[in-house]
Amino acid sequence: MTADAEITAVFRDERGRIVATLIRMTGDWDLAEECVQDAFAQALEKWPRDGVPRRPGAWLTTAARNRALDRLRRSAVEATKLREVAGLLGPDDEDYDDSGIADDLLRLVFTCCHPALTMEARVALTLRTITGLTTAEIARAFLVPEATMAKRLVRAKRKIANAHIPYRVPPAHLLPERTNSVLGVLYLLFSEGYAATAGADLVRQSLSAEAIRLARTLVELMPDEPEAVGLLALMLLHDSRREARVDADGELVPLEEQDRSRWSAARIDEGVALLDGALRRSRPGPYQVQAAIAACHSTAAGAEETDWAEIALLYGQLVRFTPSPVVELNRAVAVAMADGLEAGLALVDDLARRGVLEGYHLLPATRASLLRRLGRDAEAAEAYRAALELAPTDVERRYLAKQLEETAG
Amino acid sequence: MKYMMLVCYDPGLEPTDDGPTIDEWLAEVEGKRLDGSELMSVRDATTVRTRGHEVLLTDGPFAETRELIAGYDVIDCTDLDEAIQIASRHPCARFGAIEIRPFPKD
Repeated sequence: MTADAEITAVFRDERGRIVATLIRMTGDWDLAEECVQDAFAQALEKWPRDGVPRRPGAWLTTAARNRALDRLRRSAVEATKLREVAGLLGPDDEDYDDSGIADDLLRLVFTCCHPALTMEARVALTLRTITGLTTAEIARAFLVPEATMAKRLVRAKRKIANAHIPYRVPPAHLLPERTNSVLGVLYLLFSEGYAATAGADLVRQSLSAEAIRLARTLVELMPDEPEAVGLLALMLLHDSRREARVDADGELVPLEEQDRSRWSAARIDEGVALLDGALRRSRPGPYQVQAAIAACHSTAAGAEETDWAEIALLYGQLVRFTPSPVVELNRAVAVAMADGLEAGLALVDDLARRGVLEGYHLLPATRASLLRRLGRDAEAAEAYRAALELAPTDVERRYLAKQLEETAG
Repeated sequence: MKYMMLVCYDPGLEPTDDGPTIDEWLAEVEGKRLDGSELMSVRDATTVRTRGHEVLLTDGPFAETRELIAGYDVIDCTDLDEAIQIASRHPCARFGAIEIRPFPKD
């Protein structure tokens, strides 16, 4: 590998850890990010000339720390703080001790995902500080102006400092709840990227890859947390269908019509193996259940051969973990496949009567699809029209319009 | 780290008794609560605004919301997590809401 390629790889793999360590040392998020940026700039200058150091991460951490010391000295920070920062790392790379460095990254992850921050801020902060996406890139990924995103990041960092949000891995009694918040942020990141269609900005599409990478890191850092493993498995299993879920014209292809030979076997194998490992711990949770549902689809030869009874059962479990009418709607679809269309339609109609999914396009869309398969075309067309009015994206509207056309003839 | 807890509740709601009472809470936060008190009703509040040379008075609170400030507590604790933990045990958190505001660091 050339020095430049090496720097790119180290930036991708180590940046988050180095920023995390610098934040712990200096307590200053902006200073930490700037000094790490400077350290990488130094590497770009020196490595091609002097060769890549034996431990690139350690070299960068030391360089960033020295830079921080310089800047603190120049801004005449009180002597105790200076000694603190100076004492936190040995004088050169040889003395560098990386025990506890992994904990720094975990500290950073938990702090970025602290529930006292808005979900939007958690997501932005995670991308900015851990993956190192620029503010402009994050803004593009979330389709907001750069100034809005910059403001969001500044506000979040200010709240962490002013409200004294602790920089730590939460203690045991808070850990389950806080871990959920971290997993929620990663899943949202993944879903944003997954929902981005082929025409969307590449940064937006890359969000799922970033989410998978972060989930891998989290699993490495919290190997005993089956829900983290479950989430990684879920992402991999969804991601395995990335290529097959849109056709050559960029149109949405529903699961049952997808060309399964285009699913990524490597992703499926890895996802299923991870899920099996997680389930063996007998501490089920919503992400493991969702991964199990995805695995039922991934391992079936076709829509007909899918174990719909198992899927219906799993959705039943999921409703208990995370009661939600959307989950109930998914369960209704599985029931329709396992026990007959009428049984599924009864569940969908019940949801419609309860009014809990008012305005959600997939309710009439699901109804329409079931009615159509029952041969009740007039009612199906009416439901497709209702869905079309509510659908949020062009891709979905085109898909529904096509269905409507075929139904209404 | 010092925090102000603004204790708010909707007067239309009934207190619940499925958690610590105010006396139990006060015992829990002993040593961490620097100050605090219940306040008289907003019906007895007067809002003051000075505009130019004129002092404008309004009978009532400065914000017309359903949730009203019913009292306050000043606590001194390690960090926001501990402040959240303390606030979450306050009896009014169960049927009202508690806003935690950090004091500026000196």
